[in-house]
Amino acid sequence: MASREIQPAGAASRPVGLTVLTVFTAVMLLAATYMAFIYAPTEAAMGAVQRIFYFHVGAAWAGALAFLVTVVAGIAYLTGGGRKWDVVGHASVEVGLALITITLLSGPVWAQFAWGKPWTWDPKLTSSAVMWLSYAAYLMLRAGIEDPARRGRFGAVYGIIAFASVIMTYLGVRFISATIHPTVIGPSASTASTDMGMTPRMLHAMIFSFVTFTFVYATLLWHRIRLENLAERVNALKARLLSGS
Amino acid sequence: MDSQPRPRRPVSLIRAAAAIAWKDLRAELRSKETLSGMFVFALLAILIFSFALEFDRTGRAASAAGMLWVTLVFAGTLGLGRSLGREKDQGCLDGLLLAPVDRSALYFGKLAGNFVFMLVVGAVLLPLLTILFDTSFFKPLIAVVLLLGILGYAGVGTLISSMSVYTRGREVLLPILLLPIALSILIPAVRATRGLLEGLPPAELMIWFNLLIAANVIYITLAYMLFDFVVEE
Repeated sequence: MASREIQPAGAASRPVGLTVLTVFTAVMLLAATYMAFIYAPTEAAMGAVQRIFYFHVGAAWAGALAFLVTVVAGIAYLTGGGRKWDVVGHASVEVGLALITITLLSGPVWAQFAWGKPWTWDPKLTSSAVMWLSYAAYLMLRAGIEDPARRGRFGAVYGIIAFASVIMTYLGVRFISATIHPTVIGPSASTASTDMGMTPRMLHAMIFSFVTFTFVYATLLWHRIRLENLAERVNALKARLLSGS
Repeated sequence: MDSQPRPRRPVSLIRAAAAIAWKDLRAELRSKETLSGMFVFALLAILIFSFALEFDRTGRAASAAGMLWVTLVFAGTLGLGRSLGREKDQGCLDGLLLAPVDRSALYFGKLAGNFVFMLVVGAVLLPLLTILFDTSFFKPLIAVVLLLGILGYAGVGTLISSMSVYTRGREVLLPILLLPIALSILIPAVRATRGLLEGLPPAELMIWFNLLIAANVIYITLAYMLFDFVVEE
């Protein structure tokens, strides 16, 4: 009988590559923590609380990368790339949302000390919150559609449109108004008082954090895609069992 | 062969879109359902705002711009929800999709209808706010901001409402999906309107006009390219 067939063991067990990547990412995270807390010097003006930046910015970068991957996956899906791209796009939004949540939670901790209050209605903060909301809306949209093909198409379309909020948060705000949010990378319109004068060691820690969070993203994405595929297989097996073949 | 019917000239995109928009407008002229709902809602919103925020004279110009746009956007969401919801409920959407015209005609037709509805509401709001809040909204540049802002909002709103009609709980989902996206249009529209009310020099407002135009171009181009995938069966 078909349902009695024994699945090849490799299909369900964790791929070796994923295990290696997970362990490597864990080591990277430990190293990044060391870099942020011990290797990097204490910032003169802000003090120890500035160290939160290494994670805040790293997570923000990886979150933006995740949403960019969703755009690419969306285009690939809409141009006939098949269901696997839908899985990638969806998984990437979930991981990206988690990363942006880290950014949105760590920011206020820093701001409490630097600005004296956890939240200001600064354009950059507002647009980050809106970005978070638009990807939460992405998940709600998917949850509201039964038909998998339509869910894939709508997810792809909304994932592409929602990226406008990412562009606005990371690039747009910088040009349209005087934000008080420090600009870490690239030209800044902000005032000199919040510019980050980074020493080489701080820069090392920052770059290392960027790389680490890229690995965190890749690892979580792989796990999430694998989970989705496993869930699908479980459903297929259940359906076969119930049909009694 | 002579007996073979001559292939009919395909209907141009503009004519097909105009036909759909005209259908929407004529249906609205007969029933007046959508527009009356939008008007009453807009009036209520303005009353509630003025109670809740207790405007004093000084803060008025700054808040009035925000009030105009928030009212317009929420009233617009009502119209957008009905625009495609009605077609879907009465099975008209399938007919429109079967018509031998480019599917983007449906998008542009619906966009034109929604644009006109929101513009009518906006045109009534301007004198109303001028009277109620003693701040003149009658400036040619405010009309330009109104046109651009409504065009962009209707442009992205038509795409999103054509997705939300296929979902469970569509009335709830439409604003949730639409508002975060529409913010890139709303922010420059509000800031430009406010600057004009406060009488800032045009040079300082250029950035908001540019942003508004850029957001319009990006969203309407994207919506035009993506609409086919949304209505695909």
